Amino acid sequence: MNKSGSILQKRSRPVDMLLRSLIYFAAFLSVALLLGIIGYVFYKGIGSVSWTFLTTVTSALKQTTGIAGNIVNTLYIILITLLIATPLGVGAAIYLNEYARPGRLVSAIEFTTETLSGIPSVIFGLFGLIFFGNTLKLGYSLLRGALTLSIMVLPLITRNTQEALRTVPDSYRNGALGMGATKWYMIRTILLPSAMPGIVTGIILAVGRIVGESAALLFTAGSGYLLPKLAGKGLGEGIAALGNKALESGGTLTVELYLQMQNGRYDTAFGIGCVLIIIVLAINLLMKVLAAKLQPERQR
Amino acid sequence: MEMKTIPDSVMRSSKSKETVEIIAQIIFTVCALFAILAVMAITAYMMIGGTPALLKVGIKEILFGTVWKPTAAEPQYGILYVILTSIVGTALAILIGVPIGILSAVFLAEVAPKRLAMIVKPAVELLAGIPSVIYGLLGIYLLNPLMYKLELFVFRNSTEHQYTGGANLLSAVLVLAIMILPTVINISETSIRAVPVHIKSASLALGATHIQTIFKAILPAARSGVVTAVVLGIGRAIGEAMAISLVSGSSVNLPLPFNSVRFLTTAIVSEMGYAQGTHRQVLFTIGLVLFVFIMIINITLNKILKKGGAEHE
Repeated sequence: MNKSGSILQKRSRPVDMLLRSLIYFAAFLSVALLLGIIGYVFYKGIGSVSWTFLTTVTSALKQTTGIAGNIVNTLYIILITLLIATPLGVGAAIYLNEYARPGRLVSAIEFTTETLSGIPSVIFGLFGLIFFGNTLKLGYSLLRGALTLSIMVLPLITRNTQEALRTVPDSYRNGALGMGATKWYMIRTILLPSAMPGIVTGIILAVGRIVGESAALLFTAGSGYLLPKLAGKGLGEGIAALGNKALESGGTLTVELYLQMQNGRYDTAFGIGCVLIIIVLAINLLMKVLAAKLQPERQR
Repeated sequence: MEMKTIPDSVMRSSKSKETVEIIAQIIFTVCALFAILAVMAITAYMMIGGTPALLKVGIKEILFGTVWKPTAAEPQYGILYVILTSIVGTALAILIGVPIGILSAVFLAEVAPKRLAMIVKPAVELLAGIPSVIYGLLGIYLLNPLMYKLELFVFRNSTEHQYTGGANLLSAVLVLAIMILPTVINISETSIRAVPVHIKSASLALGATHIQTIFKAILPAARSGVVTAVVLGIGRAIGEAMAISLVSGSSVNLPLPFNSVRFLTTAIVSEMGYAQGTHRQVLFTIGLVLFVFIMIINITLNKILKKGGAEHE
């Protein structure tokens, strides 16, 4: 009996061993890189992060380094971008899933949505620069940055809403329509609430993308780092000042990090990096919590 | 039954209700058309921005010129080396990143114990969310000094090498390779998990080892997903700007490992701030070239996905 060929005897193959160790090595490398990156940024940056760092503005006069202005800018851009992109994205998803019939138009919409998510941010930056800048005559401003980013995050919201709408059972639709609801009433009261988890997922992903964005904003929103001037103003003037802020130039945290790094101020850069990683971790955690909360509900 | 439901009942379908229906449909349609509009506007504006310089300076002079002196008294705008750098740099990053990514995906989907996979997978997802400037920061702070040491060692007998201080093509390629990892891992893993279990069972039943099964049966079956991962990786690498703009050096050179180089993206980012006149228009031409590359990648991707979808049916 030829024992070496029998299935009863396990023969170790050197190639298997090699490939297996390669697999382990690759996975180890990926994880080590991640932990290394996060760990190192924390290690270098946490020293710069303090209450003053987070709540003041860099000032040569007072000799302080702070990123409060950049935090406010980031919030402005997130808010304006979402205000524009969410209705557009959700609307598009509703059209694709509820109204459209498969055909040229739908494949064109889906292809362009796919394309938008593949276009690099530098191109969005250039587009924002000439379209919103030269054609619509907007200067370097938070508004221009947000308008540019709205186009960029649109696919995220559209696609996540679409996924969510697909999971809503047809019986919900038929039930509502059968009871005499109009289509719009059905969408408003049945579909949108059921699809809310998907919409929220899209929004959170969009926030992550906005926070991490830099190239598209450098050319459109600029690099201002001041807080809106509110001190000593009445309510009306304060609101006006807040509104005007959107028309001023402002750099988000990532843009500021880039500028600091360019000037060789690595302490501040790592400090901002640390804040950014905390934000990214928080967003990830939020997604996990959301997904866990919604899972059982969907199975019901 | 509450009275509230009556206005929406079928018994009282009124004109105004029909109007609302039509308006809703129109609004949703317009929202959906926005994506088409945006892509068309971006294409149009990239053309408008990018072609004047091509006409003014000459297509051959720009695309095939090798000298980049935009601010000289007699400016020259050759971007051939910039284009080559983007192609070579992306190719090298893919060559390094894709095998590591696919093997990591195999680990997650096939080899790792469930518990371990549950820790590794979120870690990889996290890697995807880290802003690109942070990769750049680490690149310039950690990788460049290391590369400089390597450079000093490699060129210790050379007299004509221009030292880059570590900001060279190799550094940029390593940063890009790390950055495409999450994309490659996530998509390959999904496609490996989607391979029907009977393929795996059949291979194992024929006496193949687990490793043989992975490489001879499962990965070939997951081919279209893996190709998608690679194409998306190419897209991510060729479009990345901020992470490599400071890491790759600042002069236009042939893409050799220890040369300070400019990519299509970094050329735009680093000079847009001060460029004027024709110089600025040429930067838009670089943007147009990048855009053409990206569109080719997108169309390829679309074809692959369609083909993959047809196969599944």
